[in-house]
Amino acid sequence: MPILEGKGVTKYFGGLAAVSNVDFNVEQGEALGLIGPNGAGKTTLFNLISAALTPKSGTIRFKGENITGLSPCKICRMGVARTFQMVKVFPDMPVLNNVVLGSYFGMSPSMSSADAVREATALLEFVGLSAMKAIPAKDLTLANQKRLEVARALATNPELLLLDEMMAGLNPAELAQAMELVTRIRDKGITIFMIEHVMKAIMNACERIIVLHHGAKLAEGTPQEIATSKTVIKVYLGERTHAGS
Amino acid sequence: MDITELTSKRSLVSGSIILIILILLATVSLYSPGYTVVLLSAILMYIILTVSWVIFSGPTGYISLAPAAFFGVGIYTSAILGKALPLPIVISIGGLASFCLGLLVGALTLRLRGIYFAIFTFGLVELIKHLLLFWELHVTGTRGRFVMVVDYNTIYYLMLIIFVLLLLTAYLIRHSKYGLALQSIGQNEDAAAHTGINVTMVKVITFAISAFFMGAAGAIMATKWTYIDPYIAFNPFFSFMPVLMAIFGGMGQLYGPVIGAAIFTYLEEFLITRLPELYMLIFGTILVIAILYLPDGLVGLIQKLWNRISVRKHAYT
Repeated sequence: MPILEGKGVTKYFGGLAAVSNVDFNVEQGEALGLIGPNGAGKTTLFNLISAALTPKSGTIRFKGENITGLSPCKICRMGVARTFQMVKVFPDMPVLNNVVLGSYFGMSPSMSSADAVREATALLEFVGLSAMKAIPAKDLTLANQKRLEVARALATNPELLLLDEMMAGLNPAELAQAMELVTRIRDKGITIFMIEHVMKAIMNACERIIVLHHGAKLAEGTPQEIATSKTVIKVYLGERTHAGS
Repeated sequence: MDITELTSKRSLVSGSIILIILILLATVSLYSPGYTVVLLSAILMYIILTVSWVIFSGPTGYISLAPAAFFGVGIYTSAILGKALPLPIVISIGGLASFCLGLLVGALTLRLRGIYFAIFTFGLVELIKHLLLFWELHVTGTRGRFVMVVDYNTIYYLMLIIFVLLLLTAYLIRHSKYGLALQSIGQNEDAAAHTGINVTMVKVITFAISAFFMGAAGAIMATKWTYIDPYIAFNPFFSFMPVLMAIFGGMGQLYGPVIGAAIFTYLEEFLITRLPELYMLIFGTILVIAILYLPDGLVGLIQKLWNRISVRKHAYT
């Protein structure tokens, strides 16, 4: 049984089908990539899974249970955590408290404050931010804010982590660190579903990739299949396949 | 001296200061004239309104202009039930009635954000006022009510009890995980919801708790005024004052709204009695100066001075 399963998921913004009739499966323990041109509906799909938006039709199941229409906090507490494309840290709070909140209110909400702080400290260590735990989150660099979001999401103790463009806007050194972080998250046994524009990252990190285009699923397969697929190349690079050279 | 030692010493100092102030407040009626007690009751009332306002609006940034509505519900509860029931029960019912109104209003409106929420809460005050006016005019055929009279010492001590309970509540909320959750709601509500926080529940309950104390204060204060009507009970003045006092005192620390409200009320009393013709002029000037030069209120100023002193101390050692 897939850990996350979507059937016929559809969302309209006015007359525009942002996501239309998309089926997807995320298998337990895998890293699944989600790519597509700008405006393809990738973030909208994540918003539908995490209940920031409610689908017009279709169902989303998590571990076999229908989670369509639940509230965001409920879905987080069931074990689906996410990060945001436009980072949404708590800017005036110390870095540590950002993560402590995840421990307090995530999957195991009855945690004592000492335990929550201990767990948050360990997670900051894990993402490499332990030196910065006392400074306000707004003073971090973009790369570090993105790592902080990952730590906060991990603090809720998720089984499935949705990463929305974690690598965008990072320099090559930061990119390498971020990719290494993804691998280490997988080693914890957490399933990953990630949106990414950085092809190198997604080709390396994921076993499978889904391609969205104009809100519909265009292709699905291994990185190899996707990289050589005629339709995908057409969508990304235009009609002529040598256009990129 | 390490950090924990420093903070424990600091909390010991602030704890004893609070204790001394409370003992002074509790014994004040024994040695000072009646006017002091009356003035202190007014100050406590404004502190209660301001601190309860800050419990919710401080961390979340939702500017509520509903204090007058909750305060007025307490006042009317006292006017209706005051003659039939003992005062402590009347006060509890006044608080509970406001609590329920807070739950209802919160559940209906807390999905509104920013200015829309402020406008709705302000409309609520007017709505209740005019509903009551209509009711009195067309149903009961009365205008206003007399409230049973209570001596000023009793009013003062009841106010003091509510004040202590409120400070305890505010302290506990501030230092619990829900205090942190309220802050996160103010800073990024979406992220808070996706971090597992039931934002609606946290907001509605906190809003209702703050309404409880406003209602209780209203129920006590009604007995001082002896006669009330909807215009007195639901005066928008009581919605704006807590906001101004909180800004004046600063919301970064719990003592901010307390000293803000205390100084503000004393200043108001002083100016009204000594310089009635210049009262509004001076009051307005002070407000403008405070907003221009004290963005973090008195708390910000105190902390700045404190930092300067402690930096100097360290420089010499």
